[in-house]
Amino acid sequence: MTRAVAALLPDGKRLHLQHGPIDLIIGAEGGPGAREAAFVTATARFETVLAELVGELPLLKTELAPDAPLPLGPVARRMDTACRPLMALRLTRMAAVAGAVADEVLAAMLSSTPLTRAYVNNGGDIALHLTGDTRFTLAMATPDGRDLGRISLGTGDRIGGIATSGLGGRSLSLGIAESVTVLAPSAAGADAAATLIANATDLPGHPAIRRAPANTVKDDSDLGQRPVVTHCGPLDRNEVLHALENGRKLAVEMIANGHIRSAHLSLRGQSCQAGAIPVIAPERRLALT
Amino acid sequence: MTERIRPEKIRCDACPVLCYIADGKSGACDRYANHGGELVRLDALTVIESGSTRVVPFLKDAQTGDDWDGNIVQQNRAFVTAVGAGTTYPDYKPAPFIVSQQVEGVDMVTVVTEGIFSYCGVKVKIDTDRHIGHERDVVRVDGEPIGHVMTSEYGSKMLSLGGVEHLTGGSKKEGRVTCDALLRLCNCEAVEMVIGEPGHETTLIVQAGRAPIINGVEEKLMRVGCGSAAIGMFAKQWLGHADDVVVVDDHITGVLSEHQAGKMLDVPPTGIRIKGRRSTPGRYFQVADPGTGWGGTNVEDPLVILNAFKPDVAWPGLRLMMVSTTGEQFAYYELDADLVPQPVPIPEKLRASAELIAENCEPSVCSVLFMGGAGGSLRAGVTENPVRLTKSVKSSLTHVSCGGAAAYVWPGGGITVMVDVTEMPSNSFGYVPTPALVAPMEFTMRVSDYGTLGGHVSEIKPVAQVISERDRKLGKRDSQPDPNARENYRWSRGEDE
Repeated sequence: MTRAVAALLPDGKRLHLQHGPIDLIIGAEGGPGAREAAFVTATARFETVLAELVGELPLLKTELAPDAPLPLGPVARRMDTACRPLMALRLTRMAAVAGAVADEVLAAMLSSTPLTRAYVNNGGDIALHLTGDTRFTLAMATPDGRDLGRISLGTGDRIGGIATSGLGGRSLSLGIAESVTVLAPSAAGADAAATLIANATDLPGHPAIRRAPANTVKDDSDLGQRPVVTHCGPLDRNEVLHALENGRKLAVEMIANGHIRSAHLSLRGQSCQAGAIPVIAPERRLALT
Repeated sequence: MTERIRPEKIRCDACPVLCYIADGKSGACDRYANHGGELVRLDALTVIESGSTRVVPFLKDAQTGDDWDGNIVQQNRAFVTAVGAGTTYPDYKPAPFIVSQQVEGVDMVTVVTEGIFSYCGVKVKIDTDRHIGHERDVVRVDGEPIGHVMTSEYGSKMLSLGGVEHLTGGSKKEGRVTCDALLRLCNCEAVEMVIGEPGHETTLIVQAGRAPIINGVEEKLMRVGCGSAAIGMFAKQWLGHADDVVVVDDHITGVLSEHQAGKMLDVPPTGIRIKGRRSTPGRYFQVADPGTGWGGTNVEDPLVILNAFKPDVAWPGLRLMMVSTTGEQFAYYELDADLVPQPVPIPEKLRASAELIAENCEPSVCSVLFMGGAGGSLRAGVTENPVRLTKSVKSSLTHVSCGGAAAYVWPGGGITVMVDVTEMPSNSFGYVPTPALVAPMEFTMRVSDYGTLGGHVSEIKPVAQVISERDRKLGKRDSQPDPNARENYRWSRGEDE
């Protein structure tokens, strides 16, 4: 069995941590020695993260119910905090696992040393720390590499987490969104919301959409028997917009409840957004409009 | 190939998630998949750990000299170690890699597997005379007992850590902490441990190949001998420069004027009186309590081990040197009119003798030996008849190595090995949440002997077939014998043919 491994990326400024299914890319900036100190802390904290999660995996993979007990581990607690308010939408705490790991490692770094700017990118779910004039720019793309624009964030945007969900990622989706990017106060919160908004971006009963029980597609899926999308055939423009609108409605509701700040949804070349998301559109799309 | 009953799903043991993966599916990581009942890695086959840039521990001292310079095999011959090979445990199926090559005209086969050891531990030898704890004292990490203090050996203290009682016999936390401490020790990382009961505890930092750090002080030297031995070795150096010399030692403190060596050199009595229990002339036990001061005692001021000089023998101006067994501490005194020792700057000749003692001491290091027993399941990966492997090892037909390093195989039943972790490739050890350690183990023998013991002969692959560009290549260590060398085997001595 392999242990967690750590390596500096060739640029010498980013740290790569990997253990089993978790891959983190970490950046940290601050005073002299801050990056090194932050990386040491991140590496140390990361070492046991997977084992902690595995230790209470059965609980974490059980659908949340009002009487569900609180998990014990700090990462699992973050998952619980992010998912519990969204319980009515049916989910397991695993909906927030990637974001929660990112939040936990970022928090560990910040507790060890002051940083002006830092991020922990867990396979597209990013925990973010900005101060002063620092900014964080994120490129959005479809799984096949099509540019969906840039998101540029500053301190005033009060964003602590960014998450992207949709078809083509490692997780299964109940919906047909190609990509849902959510900005929220925490990465765990963004992660759970992105999952649910992607699920809601759907056309229930549409004949072009093929579905199968999750556990027949992926072993050990926390979604159990729930039908996940395995294929989506041709859709006309109105159908695409209708599906996006279904997702957007949920996003608007989540913004009103303070769960998230913004969401950007895309499907078949169309996109829509909810909240004041500072998206810089790609030039190719500007030319079309 | 024989028909095997294929389980519907296989368990991936590449990481603690331990996914059950159905045929044709991949695990949670998308890195490992079930391909026709076999666990396969999707990114690249790893015989040893893949891509060293990926697995070098971050911010540790670069293990320079460890990484091979690019030539694929040394003298066109490689030994495939089990580091990173994976394991098929607990399935009854052949080890992950069974590789063959011709060595000096003999077809050799190496069965390469990582073993999961819940019956394992480490023996630690710490070169120090300082008191680290009494025999049988409990050794704790993070408050959890992980082992105990064993015997004191010559110039060293021994610890026995781990073992199944701590790994799985105690609380869950005890097992986790023990496993983690063993893992770090075996991977040559530093582990901080606390020995003894509250109020009397010693804090110890152990790292294989490095000096121990005892109560925050890094040990430097291992003494050349006990206090009495030091008198014997260095008596001539002191002649004419001191009237008496005391070598302070927690075990046997030596006094020049009373010692046999002093008598031989006609050193006259000085009326010195040492506290503690006299053993034989010039040799004293228990002059103070054990500690981290002079010579492994709790003494910071050496005069506390002296009673008043005998007034009818001693004389004003008597020159007294006191030195520890490692020469690291020394002091020089002259008796005043009341026969009380007064500190005086030490003459150069005597200072040089203290330095000579220090020079004759070897650097103090911690040695960590991994000790584990190859269980039935591991042996079943080698042969369908596990006991035959044991017999083959015992009769020198099969050579056992761990990560390519020679393993000492204990006499008696089973295959219980000990290996110096510093001779193994870096990061050779892993763990499973059981908790248990994962250690590499290779069994090398002639192909013909492998057949005889019921080995998985149909699984043998030529070494060239399993080595890929991405494998981690290490140079051979001169300190370690080649596992394929003929001298390892009984048949090379003509006893078998």
